[in-house]
Parts: sequence; structure tokens; C-alpha cells
Amino acid sequence: MRYLPHTDAEIAEMLQAVGANSLKELFASIPESCCTLNQLDLPEPLTEWELDRHMQALAGAMAVSPEYKVFLGAGSYEHHIPAAASYVLSRGEFVTAYTPYQPEVSQGTLQAIYEYQSLVTRLLGMDVANASMYDGASALAEALLMAIRMTRREKVAVSAAVHPLYRKVVETYFAPTGYEVVELPFSENGRTDLSGTGDMGELAAVAVQSPNFFGCVEDLAAAAAAAHQDEKTLFIVGFSEPLAYGLYNSPGSQGADIACGEGQSFGIPRSYGGPGLGMFAAKQKCLRQMPGRLIGKTTDANGRRGFVLTLATREQHIRREKATSNICSNQGLCATSAAVYMAALGGTGIRQLARLNYDKSEYLKSSLKAAGVSIPFSSATFNEFVADFGEGFDAAWQALLEKKIVAGLPLARFYPEMKGRYLLCATETHAKEDLDALIKEVSS
Amino acid sequence: MKETVGTNGLIFNEPLLWEKGVSGRTGFSMPRRDVDAAPVDETLTGEGPDFPDLSEVDLVRHYVRLSQWNFSVDNGMYPLGSCTMKYNPKTNERQASLPGIAGAHPLLPESLCQGTLQLMHELSGYLCRITGMDAVSLQPAAGAHGELTGMLIIYAYHAAQGRTRSKILIPDTAHGTNPASASLCGFASIPVASNEKGILDPSVVADLMDEDTAGIMVTNPNTLGLFEENITEVAKVVHEKGGLVYCDGANMNALMGQVNMADSGVDVLHLNLHKTFSTPHGGGGPGAGPVCVAKALEPFLPVPRVVEENGRYAFSWDHPQSVGKLHAFWGNFGILVRAYSYIRSMGGEYLKKASQLAVLNANYIKERLKDTYHLPYDRPCMHECVFTDRHQQAHKVSTLDIAKRLMEYGFHPPTVYFPLVVSGALMIEPTETECKADLDRFIDAMKAIDAEAKENPDLLHEAPKIPKVRRLDEVTAARKPCLRD
Repeated sequence: MRYLPHTDAEIAEMLQAVGANSLKELFASIPESCCTLNQLDLPEPLTEWELDRHMQALAGAMAVSPEYKVFLGAGSYEHHIPAAASYVLSRGEFVTAYTPYQPEVSQGTLQAIYEYQSLVTRLLGMDVANASMYDGASALAEALLMAIRMTRREKVAVSAAVHPLYRKVVETYFAPTGYEVVELPFSENGRTDLSGTGDMGELAAVAVQSPNFFGCVEDLAAAAAAAHQDEKTLFIVGFSEPLAYGLYNSPGSQGADIACGEGQSFGIPRSYGGPGLGMFAAKQKCLRQMPGRLIGKTTDANGRRGFVLTLATREQHIRREKATSNICSNQGLCATSAAVYMAALGGTGIRQLARLNYDKSEYLKSSLKAAGVSIPFSSATFNEFVADFGEGFDAAWQALLEKKIVAGLPLARFYPEMKGRYLLCATETHAKEDLDALIKEVSS
Repeated sequence: MKETVGTNGLIFNEPLLWEKGVSGRTGFSMPRRDVDAAPVDETLTGEGPDFPDLSEVDLVRHYVRLSQWNFSVDNGMYPLGSCTMKYNPKTNERQASLPGIAGAHPLLPESLCQGTLQLMHELSGYLCRITGMDAVSLQPAAGAHGELTGMLIIYAYHAAQGRTRSKILIPDTAHGTNPASASLCGFASIPVASNEKGILDPSVVADLMDEDTAGIMVTNPNTLGLFEENITEVAKVVHEKGGLVYCDGANMNALMGQVNMADSGVDVLHLNLHKTFSTPHGGGGPGAGPVCVAKALEPFLPVPRVVEENGRYAFSWDHPQSVGKLHAFWGNFGILVRAYSYIRSMGGEYLKKASQLAVLNANYIKERLKDTYHLPYDRPCMHECVFTDRHQQAHKVSTLDIAKRLMEYGFHPPTVYFPLVVSGALMIEPTETECKADLDRFIDAMKAIDAEAKENPDLLHEAPKIPKVRRLDEVTAARKPCLRD
């Protein structure tokens, strides 16, 4: 086996050095009652070439572009990934290193993540960002728990227009804690209705998502003002499409205390939903309560600039059960991907690309409207929006799959009252002719 | 002294991105605009983020230079204890980047994603067969996430019996994340001292175990690299009081094809695919931490689960006792692909062999260095061995100095100062993918460093001098944090 370098002669020599007669004898300390497997009942080993064929068959059973026209967003977006980004991210020095515990031989990872933190704070208009969390959903759950720690309150309000699967994860994290999550409804325009927050008692946090699950851009300034009517309450802005902040105001500039969400859009393949990237940033006052890794700038024994893991006193391996979180890693390579992608775009590029994404989905939206399709939410959107094709559309949607078109996400799956409504997504990867084909199919 | 592996090759300095960028450059091929610009609500739009503008050449050189400041498994031996830094097969990367896999949307209708569902279903089955457990969830995104999932399952199990328990037992040889994971579920951690052999004593567990204790979180093999020989008795004690046994399976690389975890008494087990199953560590992630359970706990696993009927695969959501969802979608699927690819390449025979060789390598290092370095538990070890700096302390040389000097010999240092149960620990896990010649080089380096500690300790105090930077001022970094530019 090509990953196992030992020859029989070497094994014999090494066994002799350790005073064992056989490989089996090395396990003599294990009681027999535990050794009941005998052999592993697994398929025969494949050669590298057999594996290629097997995997191609599995991958071939998947509907992906360009063969399929997939108009799905909902927290996972198709964007072009530059070859230069894929290239630098495939370097073994990044891929096969571990957590930078030994900074002298990990400066590559450390500077890359320090730059990531800096880019994220600039993107989100915040003071500090951590080195990343698992995904947008766990980042939101951790943000809410952090708000509870900071305010010593036990109730949070979360918009019903936050990604439904993120809310499920929050529910899971909260289940054993006894803390309460109250749902904020959304209005007819697709934005969160915050008018009720004043009557909800002492809230640790008010959380919205922008753009929200329906693609609608929240009025963050107004939402921040509503949340901050109680000055102790923290205002959390989640997101699943950070590219929107190339065009729209950043959460920080509108009064967010914490901004957290999914960074998959930034140069990370969708990979059936993971690995992605939990971006997490906050205002300075939150720093000591922040979960997750942090990289800091410092100097070495010769006075030269260098980077280290820092503020580990918040972390699990030192504070043990009093840690700010149990997270002891980050999505290092995904964070690096996002940094490379942001650097490839630059300030000029992200603005252009965000605008192009906006214009593509606006073209689709306005064309559908012109063809008589109802667009129920009037708020400004980014990349995706809700279209009402009517309750009888399900069969047509199924039939379109045969034509290799996935005409959006049926919303009734997450919002039972939304039968006939679909969440449609268009990015820079969708050519006008693909959009036109969709428009023709759904309005005919 | 013979020539060492490490040398100071040509290392480039490289500024920060924004010290390099020049406004007006671009590193991105902007897609052609084929639709008109639409009006924008200007009350919502901002100026856009202040990012540096770089060309593609700037970008590539920046990151290639940064990459060259890293030590990685692809560079050399990385014997970081309890991290299982084994070789990461390149074909795994090829499989994960297949367009049908990397390009798949997580919310595709099930009829259009049979390939990914099949892979998840098969991988779940393999992991059950490798561990002896009955059911698995692939959703947790990392080891600590798996621990949290396991704790949630234990919490939900007790809740289903109409009770809450407030404590959990955690041995002093367990992984460092365990207490924090337990406290997320409201369990207070009760430390359990290991005995003079470095393992758990059932009578000590019996004294602590009561009906307000939810269970025990064991790491097996433990962080001393020792198999918990009394695991079955410990499990019996815990089960008799209605508790459950959680096993941190981060060290499973010692046990493939050897131990049936279920038969050893374990109820919940998490695996680290980025350790045992060869997926790369990525500078700290992404990983994957599947959770395996015994039959009785299956109803509590996260949703959705993947089921198969007549060759068709589907998600199954209707599990009312489930702890819920842990990940926005289905977990770190790209990591699952790599682990699957590894298991299919190895088959049962070579997975078993891998564990055997991992244990052989660790014992070989232990035997050959135990006359040079203090070995606190002189017993046959599993996949890793733990030394201390006791002998070198006489020359005012510490574990940290030894670790830093090792870099100049071309090795990544072992895990240092962990486990806490041993003072000045040097925890060495070579893994099975290091050949005898490299182990011998490592052993020679460790012996040479011991000699240097006696003859020229300042060489160690001042190490390392070869890498890009020397020792860094971590105190100032924490006291006056500078976390962004």
C-alpha cells in the first residue's frame, strides 16, 4: 500500500527493537473482551485508477452546471473561482499544516489568517473578527450565546426571515441551556417586523439576517435603532451572502454589535453544503467574550514583525469549562480561501462584481414581473428573491427538472404557508440566455 | 554533528496585502456584463469595503511566499501528539474537487443528488463497521463539534427518561476540549484522577459516579497514549448508575481493526476524520467529527439522516427524539469525500495495518529515546508516547527549548505541555506514514539535542534561528492585542 512505507524487513527490525514478536503483540494490553472485530468488513481496496472511476460514477449522478441550470441560492451560492485562487489554495504548505501552535514555522498560515481577520472587519465594518467558525449557522448560535454571556440575560429575539436551517441549529445549541428564543415575524415587504421587540422583556440580543432568507435587504439602521431602544440589548446581523456588502451598507456602519454569517460565497466551492466558513466579527467591547481563535500581530526576538495565536485565555484548553466556547479550531483553509478571493477581487472588483450580481437578479426579477409572475416582497434584494408561481406550479417545477432546470427552491418546505412561492437565485455565473430560458419556461 | 535536514533556503520577505496593493490593479477576470444596470435603492448602499487592489501575479507571489513560511506534512515529519498528522493522500483532493461533487448545491432535489447521498450512506456504514458502533451522524464539523453533539445526545437521552443530571466525569487524561463541550450542555465537569499506571481505576470512578452524573467522557487511547485497560469495568460502573459512556475517539488511529468500541462499553463515540481518516488539517480546519452511537441512542442522532430503500437514497427528517441540527446543511461534505476516498483506497486490511504500524512507530520511538528522555509511564504505548524534560531541566533546558531546537533539525515539534497530568510533557505521535529512516533521523535529532542541552544549552535557549522569524513576543500580543490592520 503506497501510504505505508514499512518493508517487512523494517517491521521485523523495529519489532525487535521494541521487544515484541509480532504486530499483534503490540496490542497485548487491550483486554480480549474489546477485541471482537477480528477483521474489518469493508470493500476490497481500490487502486488509484479504480477509485477515479468509482468516484466519477458517483459524481456523475449529480446535477451540476453547466449541464444543469440551477437557480438555487438559499445559503449556498455559485460564483466563479479564479484559477489563481485554486492554485495557491492547493499548496501543501497550506493544506497539510495544522493549527499554528508553533508560530516560528507557521507564519504563512498566521499572516494569511491575520489578513483574513483584517479583510473581514473591513467588509463588515466591525472592529475585530475571529479566525472563523464552522459555518454561518454555528456562528449565529455562538453570537447569541455570547450576547447572553455579555448581558447576563436569558432571552433572545431572532427574525423568522433568518435562514430556517440556521434557526434549527440555534434551537439545538439552546435546547439544554434553558435560554429562550422568541421569533420576530416578517412584514408584507419581506423585512423583519421589529415593532414588537419593546414588549418582549429584557432581550440579550435581537438578530436579523441581511440579505435575509428571502433575499431582502433589511433596513439595518432602523432595525439597530429598534434593537437599541434597550441599550443593553446587542444587535446581531447575520448573513449568508457576504458579497452583498460589496454593494450594500456594512452591518457595522448601521449599528450592528455583532456581524456573523456564512462566507462560502468567497471562493469556496459549494461541495454539497460544506465545508463553508463561519465569519464572525464584533465591536471592540465584545472582544474578551468572543468565541474562537484569534491571530495577533507582534514582534520576534529580533524585533521583526510576526504573528501568533493570541488571547488563548478565553479558549477551552486553558479556561476549560469556563471557556467562551468549546471551539478549538477554525475553518483555516476556508478562511484562507476567502482571504485570497477578497484579495483577488480587491476594493474595485468586489464593488463591480456585487453590482453585476445585483443586476442579474434584477433582470430576472423584472422580466418575470413583466411576464405576469407575482413578486410578493417589495423590498430591495440581492442575488435572490421570492417569486409566486401559484399553488399548481409544483408539477411544472418537477417537469423542469427533466429539462435540466432547477427553477428555485420551493419555499413551502420551510414556510408551509408559502405554497407556490419559490426562492430564485441568479449570480454572475448565470448568462442572460439561461435567465431568458428560465423566464420562458416559468411564464409559459 | 551530522548535517541536519533543516536548512535556511531562500525565504522571501512579503508585506501585508494592503502594503502591496495599488489602487486600479485587479486580480479578477470580471464576467462580461450581458444585462443592463438596474436602479439601486441608494439609502441602502454604501461605499464598499476598503480592500487592496492587486494583480494576479501579486496575488500568486504573495500566497506562495506565505506558504513557504509554513511547516507541513508535505514538508516533513510532524509528530504532533493527539493530532495524527499522517500523510494526506493526493487522490483524496482529486475526488473532492470533481465537478459533480465540488459544484453540488446542498438543496438539490433528492433525485438529482443520489451520488452524494450514496456516499454519505456508505461512509456511515463503513464507520460503523470500523468502530463496532450501530449508527452514525456525519454532521458535526470538527472533533469539538462531535463532542458537543455527543453531549447533546447524552443530555437528550436523560431528558427522555424524564430526568436531568448535572455532572459529568472527565479523567485527567482526557482531551482539553471535553470540559467546555460538557458545560455547553450544563454539565459540571468532575475530574477523575488516573492511577499510577496512567489509566482509569474503576474503583475511583465508582466513588465519584452517582445518580446525578450523566456519564463519563473517556479518551481512549488516552492522552498518555495508553489504552484504558479497565474500560469495560469503568463502563459497567457508569451504566449501573444509569450513566452513559462517551468516548473521545480522536486517537482511533491506534485501534482500527483491533477494538470493537461498542463491546468495550462505549455508548457514544466521535471520530476525527482529519486525524484517523487522513483528511488534511488545512492550518486548523476544516475537519469533520462524526458521532457514532449504540443502538439505544440512535433516535437521538442529529437530523437529517440518510436512508436507503431499493437502491434510492433519501434524507429522513422524522425523528422526534433527535437532538436537532448541528450544521447549516449536512456537515463538511468535502471532508467526508476525502475520508471515503481513503477508506476505499485502504480497505479493511490496510486500515488495520495502518493502526498496527502507527503503534509500532510510537513504541519504536519510545524504546529508543527512553534512556535519553524521562518517560513517566514506562509501559507499552499505543499510537503516541509522552516524555518529559525532567533530565534536561538540570541544564536549565525546558520542553519549549527542545521543541524550538527540533525545528532547526527539520522536524515539527511534538505537542508540548500536554497532557497536563505530566509536567513538561513532550507528546510524540509519529503516525504510520513515517518510514523507519525518518524515525531514526528524528531519534538522532532528539539525542543530539539532549547532548547540546548539556554542552551548549544556549543553542537551545536561542532556538530557532533558521525559520522566517525567531521566538515571538506572545505576552505583548495578548496584553495589547493587535488583531487587524
